[in-house]
Amino acid sequence: MYDFSRGPLVWIAFGIFLIGSIYRIVSVIKLAKKDKVVLPYMTWKYGLRSILHWITPFGARNMRLRPAFTVMTYLFHLSLLLVPIFTLGHAILWRESWGIDLWALPNLLSKLMTFIVIIAGVIFVLRRIADPAVRFVTSAGDIVLVILVLAPFVTGLMAYYQLAAYQTILIIHIWTGALWLAIIPFTRIAHMLYFALTRAYMGCEFGYVRHSKDW
Amino acid sequence: MRETPESLVVDPGLDETIKKLTPEKIQTVVEHVLTKENAARLKVYSDTCVHCGLCAEACQTYISRDKDPYYSPVAKVKNTLWELVKNKGRVPPESIRDMSRIVFTECAVCRRCSMYCPFGIDIAYLLLVVRRICSLLGVVPAYLQDTTNSHAATMNQMWVQQDEWIDTLQWQEEEAQAEIPSCRIPLEKEGAEVMYSVIAPEPKILAQLLGNISQIMTVAGIDWTMPATDGWDNSNMAMYSGDFEVMGRVERLHWETAARLKVKKVVMGECGHAFRGAVYDGPRWLGWKFPPIPMVHAIEFYYDLLKSGRIKVREKYKKSVTVQDPCNTVRGRGLGNKLRYVVNELCESFIDVDPRLEHNYCCMAGGGTINCGPPWKRSRMVSNRVKAEQIEATGADVVITPCHNCHSGIEDIVGFYKLKKHVKFISEIMVEVMEIPDSLKA
Ligand code: SF4
Ligand code: SF4
Repeated sequence: MYDFSRGPLVWIAFGIFLIGSIYRIVSVIKLAKKDKVVLPYMTWKYGLRSILHWITPFGARNMRLRPAFTVMTYLFHLSLLLVPIFTLGHAILWRESWGIDLWALPNLLSKLMTFIVIIAGVIFVLRRIADPAVRFVTSAGDIVLVILVLAPFVTGLMAYYQLAAYQTILIIHIWTGALWLAIIPFTRIAHMLYFALTRAYMGCEFGYVRHSKDW
Repeated sequence: MRETPESLVVDPGLDETIKKLTPEKIQTVVEHVLTKENAARLKVYSDTCVHCGLCAEACQTYISRDKDPYYSPVAKVKNTLWELVKNKGRVPPESIRDMSRIVFTECAVCRRCSMYCPFGIDIAYLLLVVRRICSLLGVVPAYLQDTTNSHAATMNQMWVQQDEWIDTLQWQEEEAQAEIPSCRIPLEKEGAEVMYSVIAPEPKILAQLLGNISQIMTVAGIDWTMPATDGWDNSNMAMYSGDFEVMGRVERLHWETAARLKVKKVVMGECGHAFRGAVYDGPRWLGWKFPPIPMVHAIEFYYDLLKSGRIKVREKYKKSVTVQDPCNTVRGRGLGNKLRYVVNELCESFIDVDPRLEHNYCCMAGGGTINCGPPWKRSRMVSNRVKAEQIEATGADVVITPCHNCHSGIEDIVGFYKLKKHVKFISEIMVEVMEIPDSLKA
């Protein structure tokens, strides 16, 4: 079981993630060609201008209106991206499997970032319940998704601290991680793939077409 | 849908029309619009929205109604488009009535929310898609539908006949001549530098604005003209009612008229949605990337006149003023700083609004909402308390509104919230303070 999980399962998850992502992006670009008013109005300059403003902390007014939430969202997303790739345990796997020598996060930092992901995730869920404007548009799926995203982080920590039978928890960790990776293109986590596209389009609508700004 | 004072408003455009709907008809129209008329954006926006509610803070209706979650931009999409998509168009006629109310009277398609959504999701576009569906189903607030019918029959918004049009222009020419004898409103002058565009409320109810522009053009020495035929009005409520076929006819005729007169550019009077229709929505529907002839909005035109010294100021306007940044020319054209230049040139004391420029709150009259008429006025007013507070906080005596929708919308708000303010177009102040050269005086 462990061998399967460490080997083929991860390969399959990566495969689904990569092929799924490419499929989603290609089909969106194809569709965009049909939606005649999209591509002719897009330019690199205004697309990138908007993306830059929106990945810079406090680069948009809405981020300045809610500083605490902005900081939390940034740390959450940053940690969410960095920890799975650069955490020490994974860096070893990168080398063993592919011979890639990756820089690894210091242990303390990756622990801290894992905690950030979990705490921020819990706050996101609480916010969904507590803030009426968010609750109104929240579906059960949104909550399940956060739980799925958090699962590999929680199990990772549990494995690290050896809180349960090591082998079992490690297998659960790998399975939830693989699931997480594989569902990216097919759930709302796809916003990771689409962010640059929607942002660039709106940046051009505002900048190139309307001579104004969108942040 | 829950019951609110708004859901009890009586409007034959909604109440009577839904009686003719059948489930099959609804389903056919919804499917047609969702699959044949819209593609990438609809799909990507639906898949990307993470239901985070960060767009709520953008919307004047949400803020003004004590953060009622029902009025956040994404909630409006949930209550309309998501329902239609989820049920594949299988919704009862009563739902179409509610959706029509939401998209026509509770959203002014001001696009402020797109600046607050981290993904830049064009919520106003999504709600326009629902307007399109309602329009094809014939479920549109009666007053708004009447303006569209007027466009279809007369090519202008207010059933103005050609003889009335010419008559009004000649009358206003005479009014202007009482101030400056050489004033003209040149009709059908081929090859003129500028065609001046107005919208139907000018000849119909605000005719003095035509006299004003005649004075301004004369003092500035502009070679200009107006058409004597249809094609002078591109205010285009059809763009907002979702009748894109009529919208296309109106814009095509407007541009063909400008082409027939062989003008170098078109100057759009102080109106935001006409500018939007002529420069963005119209050309796109007609398959043109950009308008065939350059169009300059009045704000920019006045800016050029003042900057180049073609209009000089005799004595600045005394009362303290503030501005309403119109969505379609500030968020929609980046003219906010030019507007401030013009206002500072003309007026002694200008107090800015906060938030301002692209971030200004909508007047909640645009996007066809004011054209939905008296039944919905109270709802519009309740939806924009934040605007009243924002204007009041400036302490200014006069609100300058370089847009017809904003002008009427702010006047409504001033009345409803009993603010002691006057509302003015730029041109009204300009004719009051500009220097008239001796050579032009009688
Ligand atoms: S009124 Fe403006 S901010 Fe509110 S939902 Fe409509 S477009 Fe968005
Ligand atoms: S801010 Fe954007 S992603 Fe968030 S709920 Fe609103 S439309 Fe959806």
